Amino acid sequence: MSLGPYATFIVTSYTLAATVVLILIGWIALDYRNQRARLRELEAGGIARRSGRGAADF
Amino acid sequence: MTLIDLANPTKFLTLTARVLPWLAVATAILLAVGLYRAAVAPDDYQQGATVKIMFIHVPNAWLSMFVWGVMSIAALGTLVWRHPLADVAAKAAAPIGAAFTFLALVTGSLWGRPMWGTYWEWDARLTSVLVLFLMYLGLIALWRAVEDPSRAARAVAVLTLVGAINIPIIKFSVDWWNTLHQGASVLRIGGPTMDRAFLIPLLVMALAFSLLFVTLHLAAMRNEILRRRVRSLQMLQARAFSSEVGTGSREENASKQQSGAA
Repeated sequence: MSLGPYATFIVTSYTLAATVVLILIGWIALDYRNQRARLRELEAGGIARRSGRGAADF
Repeated sequence: MTLIDLANPTKFLTLTARVLPWLAVATAILLAVGLYRAAVAPDDYQQGATVKIMFIHVPNAWLSMFVWGVMSIAALGTLVWRHPLADVAAKAAAPIGAAFTFLALVTGSLWGRPMWGTYWEWDARLTSVLVLFLMYLGLIALWRAVEDPSRAARAVAVLTLVGAINIPIIKFSVDWWNTLHQGASVLRIGGPTMDRAFLIPLLVMALAFSLLFVTLHLAAMRNEILRRRVRSLQMLQARAFSSEVGTGSREENASKQQSGAA
């Protein structure tokens, strides 16, 4: 597969798209881990939801 | 499961936990197929291999508008139906929409340089998409500026509905004004004008990016629900702490008074 004289523009476009998508996925995954950890921490400290269910349980 | 059932965040979290792995796998497969079809697609007779940029530029451009549409429906959900997950959906969609719009702008610019001879032109299509990007950033800033999410939700919902006026402007800008950007060649009356060799990889990539959006959006909504639970537990903790301090100081005063009286 030859990308011709404008290969730099094509490769840069795809690389940038992959980078942004990976950053989005990483950010969302990291945020999920952080929120779960904070919930567990609060529940370990004896703070419970009014329903009595664990906030991180579903 | 109905829309009313999904109004319950716990039920929504159960559903996302079940659906997200399947969605992620389907997205990965479709992206792989789309990228393969894009790689083996022939060169355009005029644009050469740069036509391959279209396979990521166009899906991102479509999604930049689609996500604002999703946020507008969520805004109606907040203001009219008061659906408990509407503002969660709107808040979770904004950064994803901003990322797609950013990619549409940058890949369009990288496609424009070899084809038009310039990275940027202040024409109607490019400028209206740049305005859309700035509006996404504005919404994200507004969400962060107001601490109480339910208060922020109403302001953001109004702003989202006002900003929705930009979506038809973007779509029809190429028809209403004389722009450097080409006219619609897929979503148009009379059907697509594009050859199947380009149309099929483009549609596969569009579907893959749409699934990617659904997956990321559900995951981000799940995070937002958890964040709100953290916030409410922290408020409970603060309330418990302040009442403990209050009780403690009352007991201290009472013992001081007793010793004074003795």
